[in-house]
Amino acid sequence: MSILVLADLHEGQLAGATAHVVAAAEAIGGDIDVLVAGEGVQAAAEAAAKLNGVTKVRVADNVVYAHQLAEPLSALLVELADDYTHVLASASTTGKNVLPRLAALKDVSQLSDIIAVDSADTFKRPIYAGNAIATVKSDDALKVITVRTTGFDAVSEGGSGSASIEAVDVVVENSQSSFVKEELAQSDRPELGGAKVVISGGRGMGNGENFKLLDGIADKLGAAIGASRAAVDAGFVPNDMQVGQTGKIVAPELYIAVGISGAIQHLAGMKDSKVIVAINKDDEAPIFQVADYGLVGDLFEILPELESNI
Amino acid sequence: MKVLVAVKRVIDYNVKIRVKADHSDVDLTNVKMAMNPFCEIAVEEAVRLKEKGVATEIVAVTVGPKAAQEQLRTALALGADRAIHIETDERAESLAVAKLLAKVVDEEQPGMVILGKQAIDTDNNQTGQMLAALTNLPQGTFASEVAVDGDKLHVTREIDGGLQTVALTLPAIVTTDLRLNEPRYAKLPDIMKAKKKPMDMKTPADLGVEVASKVSLLKVESPAERKGGIKVASVDELVDKLKNEAKVL
Repeated sequence: MSILVLADLHEGQLAGATAHVVAAAEAIGGDIDVLVAGEGVQAAAEAAAKLNGVTKVRVADNVVYAHQLAEPLSALLVELADDYTHVLASASTTGKNVLPRLAALKDVSQLSDIIAVDSADTFKRPIYAGNAIATVKSDDALKVITVRTTGFDAVSEGGSGSASIEAVDVVVENSQSSFVKEELAQSDRPELGGAKVVISGGRGMGNGENFKLLDGIADKLGAAIGASRAAVDAGFVPNDMQVGQTGKIVAPELYIAVGISGAIQHLAGMKDSKVIVAINKDDEAPIFQVADYGLVGDLFEILPELESNI
Repeated sequence: MKVLVAVKRVIDYNVKIRVKADHSDVDLTNVKMAMNPFCEIAVEEAVRLKEKGVATEIVAVTVGPKAAQEQLRTALALGADRAIHIETDERAESLAVAKLLAKVVDEEQPGMVILGKQAIDTDNNQTGQMLAALTNLPQGTFASEVAVDGDKLHVTREIDGGLQTVALTLPAIVTTDLRLNEPRYAKLPDIMKAKKKPMDMKTPADLGVEVASKVSLLKVESPAERKGGIKVASVDELVDKLKNEAKVL
């Protein structure tokens, strides 16, 4: 078995998701190479080489791979894929954008969002918003897979830098797509997907202004701030804060749901959290059925009190 | 330009699913079905492009059983001009659907294809990207804004941490995210009119595409149930439990 992991980048740096994907690759077994593709990504390549379990880091550093657009990246992967039995990426917006394109170019299926490895060809993945778990087997010669990072604990960093780093000199053409701009939310808080604590607000927050009530608690706990789809749909907060089937999937140590009723599609994004706290004025809200600790009451009274007590 | 919109018949998003007793699949017997929510957004975007004068004709297409014609009729009621039904009772995976749609793209030569980013049954999020690969067209996935600018299509994409705008050559493939638009409801007169709009029938064999997949579904299980915990009476009690019982603070 030989596995190629497409590294996730965040503003040019190696994103935390990659260490989880390497863990999934270890569960499959075999040699693990990591592909770092982008522009000015030497530091990311060095970070990838420190991940335990990685045999080799391959670096495609060229302007055509900047911003990891799907067209050039999938064309690059097509060139490299013949050396491998598996190509893995995290189920990030980059992985989800690029890997199905690669799979179709290689005339194979893609397995999305795996959460467990049964064997080198058999995997578990959630379907129907996580309300069922499917076990699927792929008989394709090349397995193209996206990995739900919450399903695999990140590999540690060896620090030895034992993996070799080599340049990939494949440069593809791309006249079809070009980057125009990126507007990334600037935040000192941890990234939603990797945060140990997440505090999310729902429709019960009333408006976007009230989300500030979560700030103080998030600051004290080092938490990321999320939102339910209802809060996003109502225009309170941007979509990149959405936790749920159609947003981010999170599984922190502590998840605090504030003013969130607990629709199926929200639960799909957070029910694997270790400890769930629900704060809601409706004691019949479905969120209480999955919460370890529920507190019924007015969030506008509870939040300031919580902030001062922790 | 002609716009092709792909739609999928799926379980209604409000229905709580049941796994079959033999764990072979999810039980869809007598379950309410509907158009996939992301496909509704795709149809709505096509209709808005037509209202703006960008789109001249909207063709809706689906791959699925006979009953999937209901969803095509819905698309026609919402504003599609005609429909294509590719009928199959087999479990068509994303790659097979993309191959079928690629044949339709070849025949119809649309300027743009709009699909939902994922279907809420299999949650795959693949078909649009695969269609783009098979037709050798650029892709604007997870779109929250679509604007034609001369011979280019500007697509603002929902990415982790924010938004990314890309410029694509046309024709192009677009997949929809939630905030692209808010779909309208079909009006009764339009539902009546939709019954008279043309619908072409085809089979995968007509298009020369094999639907069978190399991925087999071995088993479907219910996820481990999460047990509800306790209700606490006050913030003090909550903080105490989190510190001393759950030990997460």
